[in-house]
Amino acid sequence: MISFSQVCKRYPGGHEALRNLSFTVEQGEMAFITGPTGAGKSTLLKLVAAIEKPSSGSVVVSGQNVGKLRRSAIPFLRRNLGLIFQDHKLLYDRSVLENVLLPLHIAGFPRAESLKRARAALDKVKLLGLEKASPISLSGGEQQRLCVARAIVNRPAIVLADEPTGNLDADYAGEIMEMFKSFNQVGVTLLIATHDEQMIARYGGKTLHLIHGELHA
Amino acid sequence: MTNWLGQHRHALGLVLGRFARAPFSSLLAMLVIGVALSLPLGLYALVGNIKALAGNVKLEPQITLFLTPGASADDARQIESQLKELKAVRQFRFIPRDRALQELLQNTGLTDVAAGLDRNPLPDAFVIEPQSANPVELESLRSELAKLPKVDFVQLDALWAKRLNAMVSLGRDIVLILAVMLGSALMVITGNTVRLQILSQRDEIEISTLIGATDAFIRRPFLYHGLLQGLGGGLAAWLIVSLGLQLLNAGIGDLAKLYAAQFLIRPINPRDILSLLAFSSALGWLGAFLAVGRHLQKMETKT
Repeated sequence: MISFSQVCKRYPGGHEALRNLSFTVEQGEMAFITGPTGAGKSTLLKLVAAIEKPSSGSVVVSGQNVGKLRRSAIPFLRRNLGLIFQDHKLLYDRSVLENVLLPLHIAGFPRAESLKRARAALDKVKLLGLEKASPISLSGGEQQRLCVARAIVNRPAIVLADEPTGNLDADYAGEIMEMFKSFNQVGVTLLIATHDEQMIARYGGKTLHLIHGELHA
Repeated sequence: MTNWLGQHRHALGLVLGRFARAPFSSLLAMLVIGVALSLPLGLYALVGNIKALAGNVKLEPQITLFLTPGASADDARQIESQLKELKAVRQFRFIPRDRALQELLQNTGLTDVAAGLDRNPLPDAFVIEPQSANPVELESLRSELAKLPKVDFVQLDALWAKRLNAMVSLGRDIVLILAVMLGSALMVITGNTVRLQILSQRDEIEISTLIGATDAFIRRPFLYHGLLQGLGGGLAAWLIVSLGLQLLNAGIGDLAKLYAAQFLIRPINPRDILSLLAFSSALGWLGAFLAVGRHLQKMETKT
């Protein structure tokens, strides 16, 4: 499903974020990327979503060489990915429901169908009662759940999460992880960047340990 | 197809919502564009009117041929027969000196002056309409006519018409230059408001791009913004110029009455209004297109 082979990423200015990285995540796997801050976890996720291009090597997602995608093809790759950001990236001038509707609207779903799907996604993250609220009035945990709802409303085959539990206390973090587990059980491939070793120990799965942009077994 | 229409409807709704949320600044932007466009539009309307006025007057050149004061009726008949021979002459008519004097007195009300004259000072004359309006041919005809016996003086009357024509065409050139200049101003104004709009919607653009929005999707609302703002500016220009003409007409009506004439500036015709609106909308769209293109590129290099 996701396959890196000999990927290097060098940012302009010379900083080398990833070095000679090769790994594969199979369909239906729940894999973790771990390592200290600055080890290249976020960069790895950005390469999968074509937010960054590899300096060398190839990144293949669902059979497509992401690094070589034409600019006009990138949006269609991203519609098959669910992205969960550390800083949520919510739109604070729109309601909770509108935030979840955005990916569907972008993908061109009819309004009625979109509403049905958005409410189902909000139900899944237990925010259905708050659909008219502004995201700014939500707690950190609720905002993160909203971000999850937006990521899965398109029913993507792959979900990428960057520190999804980073700023949350243990209870909220557990809630989010249980959600991920339930997505995984219905066949979604997940790639989760985290530095929470306990969480990885609890949920198991493949773990990619990065130090200074290199893979450690 | 319905999706596509739906997305357009959504973008349009988004823009109308933005206008509604900031009605003052939206109207102000349209008014600025309107003022900029009203200058060439107003001038265009005036030039159009002068052209129409000039159209009422014969623009074909006339040649007036004056006989020497001592010429007899026989001389006049001889010239008449020679004029008939000339191919370059399309038509002519003879004005005997007595009738010329009569007409002069009638038209100017100078009867008292005529009473003081002991003899008619006017010569016999022929008014000739030439075949061609070509200046070179006119000149050669004039010199040919001047060679006829008993001809005192030949005058080409096309000069004032030429001057009027030249002035109208100069006016049209000025309109064109102003339209180009202020049309680019319109594009710059629209580009700038769209730029501000883009900056205030940075987050939305970034997030939309991250979750799979195409460039067309990002661009669409801004293009509508430019289009509608241009359209609004065009409407404002129309309003301003119509009002201006109305005010001018009040003054012109009074002035014309004093000269016992009837003359009013005609309003801009519907076809011109439609092309104005199409022109301003298209320029607004283009200004937005350029601004969005530049900014998308800038954002791209940043992420």
